[in-house]
Amino acid sequence: MSEAAIQASIARTRARIGSAAELDAGAVRSALADVPDPEIPVVSIVELGMVEDVRVDADGIHVSLLPTFVGCPALDMIRSSVELRLSAFGRPVDVRFEYRVPWSSDRISPDGRTKLQASGFAPPAPVRPDEPILVQLDRPVPCPNCGSSRTVLENAFGPTQCRAIHHCTECRQPFEAFKTI
Amino acid sequence: MTVAALPVAALGELLRSMADDEFVIGFSDSEWTGIAPILEEDVAMSSLAQDELGHAAALYGLLGDLTGTDPDALAYDREPDAYRHCRLLDHGRGDWAMAIARRFLYDTADSARLDALVGGSWAPLADLVGKLVREERYHQMHATVWLDRLARGGSEPRSRLIDALTTLGPDAGTVFAPLPDERALVEAGILATSLPELEARWRAAVEPTLAALDLPMPPPVREPERGRADHGEPFRWLWTEFNTVRRAEPGATW
Repeated sequence: MSEAAIQASIARTRARIGSAAELDAGAVRSALADVPDPEIPVVSIVELGMVEDVRVDADGIHVSLLPTFVGCPALDMIRSSVELRLSAFGRPVDVRFEYRVPWSSDRISPDGRTKLQASGFAPPAPVRPDEPILVQLDRPVPCPNCGSSRTVLENAFGPTQCRAIHHCTECRQPFEAFKTI
Repeated sequence: MTVAALPVAALGELLRSMADDEFVIGFSDSEWTGIAPILEEDVAMSSLAQDELGHAAALYGLLGDLTGTDPDALAYDREPDAYRHCRLLDHGRGDWAMAIARRFLYDTADSARLDALVGGSWAPLADLVGKLVREERYHQMHATVWLDRLARGGSEPRSRLIDALTTLGPDAGTVFAPLPDERALVEAGILATSLPELEARWRAAVEPTLAALDLPMPPPVREPERGRADHGEPFRWLWTEFNTVRRAEPGATW
């Protein structure tokens, strides 16, 4: 979602709630659905499963987020996007990153997976905890362009921490997949 | 457990040693950006570096919370002798075989250490480790694949790999070098078992891989009590590199 679209969305929220309206966690979660992932903006932080908890109390709005990767350089940007989006509610906003629950690619929602696929990112395969990572990586990932399963892993590491690079031997295109983690 | 029972000094030493390990290997990996033998490895080593520096930042963050210190100051503002990374990481960049041998030895040892911290009694560290182990599986896979490739890669790759393992091997066990008052960590349930026991587990874990490739097992560590000291010239060089910007403009932000 573009900056202008977010601003418009904030204005709509302000018009709807008014300053004295009751605010509940559901409204906050809906607003967070406007916050895109900075590295893969077709999906929101809600669709990625990063939003672990939302609480509203007398002190304001508390949001706890799960980083997809510990060293993700986009975390500060996500924090400020969340603060900006929730500023529409006119309450203090407290955003925390935590590891109490480790984020896993299994948390990506069905909608999020569909959007990843539609924009050329193969969605992650389900985590199989008992299987060595190499065996999991060697399983062919369907090509997001042509659907073929005749694909090979080129590099378990890609342009960002959460992506791997594959190649489709059918349509002969490289593509990226969200890492299974 | 209550805050009063937390062995703060010993926990601080553990966090510092782990953070410094990740910080130094992260910067060592970043030295390969642009000069790795193939393009895929430029990307892979850069991504590994980013992961490790991220892990270091998270660990310095915990240490900072524990001691009331700025994490950036912990990372950048110490003299070289005050870093507590293990001697395994003190050999300089070397050739590609050195990079792979270092990663294999470190990743396998780090994995043994993390396994002993999963589910520990101090939640901030136990929670973080629960996340780190998922990422480190990729690192260990990467190192193991390359170890295999070099070991079976004909005379030159194999002899370079054996040279690298011979150079690094005697320092590999320094990941488990004794920490001040580590017993308090075990008694408090932060660390599941002692570092010597972890070293034994690590040796048992790597032995089949190395034996299958007819590669030398790391010998016992000489002077383990100095395993995180005496850093030497290669680290002084790296130290000068990684804090150049910090020293050029103290307090700069971006």
